Amino acid sequence: MQAQSAAPDDDPRAPLISFSGIGKQFTVKGELLQAVENIDLDVYQGEILTLVGPSGCGKSTLLNICAGLYPATAGDVSYAGKPVEPYNPAVGYMTQSDHLLPWRDVAGNIAIPLEIKGLSKPEIKAQVEELMETVGLSGFGGSYPNQLSGGMRKRCALARLLAYDPETLLMDEPFAALDAMLRMRMQIEIRELCRRLNKTVMFVTHDLDEAVAIGDRCVVFTGRPGTIERVVDVPLAPDRNILHLRKDPDYRTITADLWDVLAPSITEDR
Amino acid sequence: METPSRTYIWVLRAAFLVSVLSFWEFSSGRLASEFFISSPSAIAVQFSRWVMSGTIFYHGAITLIEALGGFLLGGMIGMIFGVWLGRAELVAEVLDPFIMMFYSLPKVALAPLFVLWFGIGIDMKIYLAATIVFFLVFLNTYTGVRAVSREQVAILRLMGATEKHLLFKVVLPSAITWVFTGLRLSVPYALIGAIVGELIASNRGLGYLLANSAGQFDTTGVFAALIGIMIMAFFLNAAVKLLEAKAMPWRDLNSKREMSI
Ligand SMILES: Nc1ncnc2c1ncn2[C@@H]1O[C@H](COP(=O)(O)OP(=O)(O)OP(=O)(O)O)[C@@H](O)[C@H]1O
Ligand SMILES: [Mg+2]
Repeated sequence: MQAQSAAPDDDPRAPLISFSGIGKQFTVKGELLQAVENIDLDVYQGEILTLVGPSGCGKSTLLNICAGLYPATAGDVSYAGKPVEPYNPAVGYMTQSDHLLPWRDVAGNIAIPLEIKGLSKPEIKAQVEELMETVGLSGFGGSYPNQLSGGMRKRCALARLLAYDPETLLMDEPFAALDAMLRMRMQIEIRELCRRLNKTVMFVTHDLDEAVAIGDRCVVFTGRPGTIERVVDVPLAPDRNILHLRKDPDYRTITADLWDVLAPSITEDR
Repeated sequence: METPSRTYIWVLRAAFLVSVLSFWEFSSGRLASEFFISSPSAIAVQFSRWVMSGTIFYHGAITLIEALGGFLLGGMIGMIFGVWLGRAELVAEVLDPFIMMFYSLPKVALAPLFVLWFGIGIDMKIYLAATIVFFLVFLNTYTGVRAVSREQVAILRLMGATEKHLLFKVVLPSAITWVFTGLRLSVPYALIGAIVGELIASNRGLGYLLANSAGQFDTTGVFAALIGIMIMAFFLNAAVKLLEAKAMPWRDLNSKREMSI
């Protein structure tokens, strides 16, 4: 099955990330569970690829494979032409649960990647301050994760991801716990950031509107075992104004289309 | 939920203590022979006499040095081995049955052997206490290092962390709660090591004071020495608690913050 459609503008460049024939089985209590099957997907440099699909269809699994957390049981993944090995250092991964270090306060958590990079103390402090501002956590630098709300923890994890400036961002429902205002601000921020620095993003979301609003392409999965149902090009301008999308007719048609693609899986689940 | 005020609890505690002591005082010589149970007043007199003469401080200091020495020595080696074996899976796998075998041995049973090896000086008690403390701290540290969240390690690895980064940013901080559990458990055991050592062979220390009083059928002295040991254990425990709060501020917050699920 050749699920991938052409890249934007029929880009002749080689893909940055390439999944071919990917399958992943987990062994749960001695039984094999096929999480994803036959995934063929190319991700190109500088695009924001959104992934949507029913819960449990293997979206996180795919990101984990791309990050090199575990190998696929079938097929190959390559990153920049080379097979992905454990711990792909080119990607930054904001996982579905935040995995903040409980013994570090917010500022300390955001500082980790900067410390690893070996920046000086004042540099770290300045950058952390700026990042907290970006994600709206100013003034909470001294709070520990267990004193934060779920959304604040997510924002802290997001700031930590932005701190280390990886080439490719893997984001697993990064804005799920944010309020509508902040969510829109972060969507604008991410698009702006990726366009400015030419980042590549794989972005999992359950929100179809979000998938269209920030994606250049949208991959729709179906479940059990997870396969790619369709890859949809989002025909919106790269420098779209997310604030005003609601009134954009293209945006409305494409979200409606996406709903139609996913609708069968709603009735199936019944 | 209404929690009773702190003062109220302290009043109740004082009342409890006073009633126990009064009952003891009353029973002494009436319900049981004073020879066996002594009496709180006599013990207080004996204890203050020891305080005045400095006896209790002299022997207390000896025991403190032994317990503290053993605690530090055993704790340090335990931590180092715990971290090392926690990281070196093969070595841990190979040594596991031997460690468990040795762990199940009641360490005080080693006392006679230690007398042979190290004589009856202070060092023998330090080694005895250290051996006991070592296992507690070692096993806790080892478990702590092993219990480090693989997800947190993976996240840091993706950020390009080296082994050294992982050790200092994830493994050690996450193991520290376990290490402190080991250290806190060790306090009474360090004292046990020191005092058992003194009981077996010594002419100094609270254990000696205890054994000596018992040898002279001086129940009052035995109780007074026990009180000295209790006071020392109390202060050692408090010191570790304090250190724990300093080393793990997030823990402190954890117990003080309002619960939410
Ligand atoms: N570590 C694991 N061990 C065993 N099974 C797993 C593991 N990780 C995922 N699975 C299984 O693989 C399937 C896909 O999981 P995955 O987390 O990728 O779903 P998802 O699409 O991210 O779902 P959601 O949208 O709810 O996050 C699920 O059925 C899940 O039970
Ligand atoms: Mg998921």
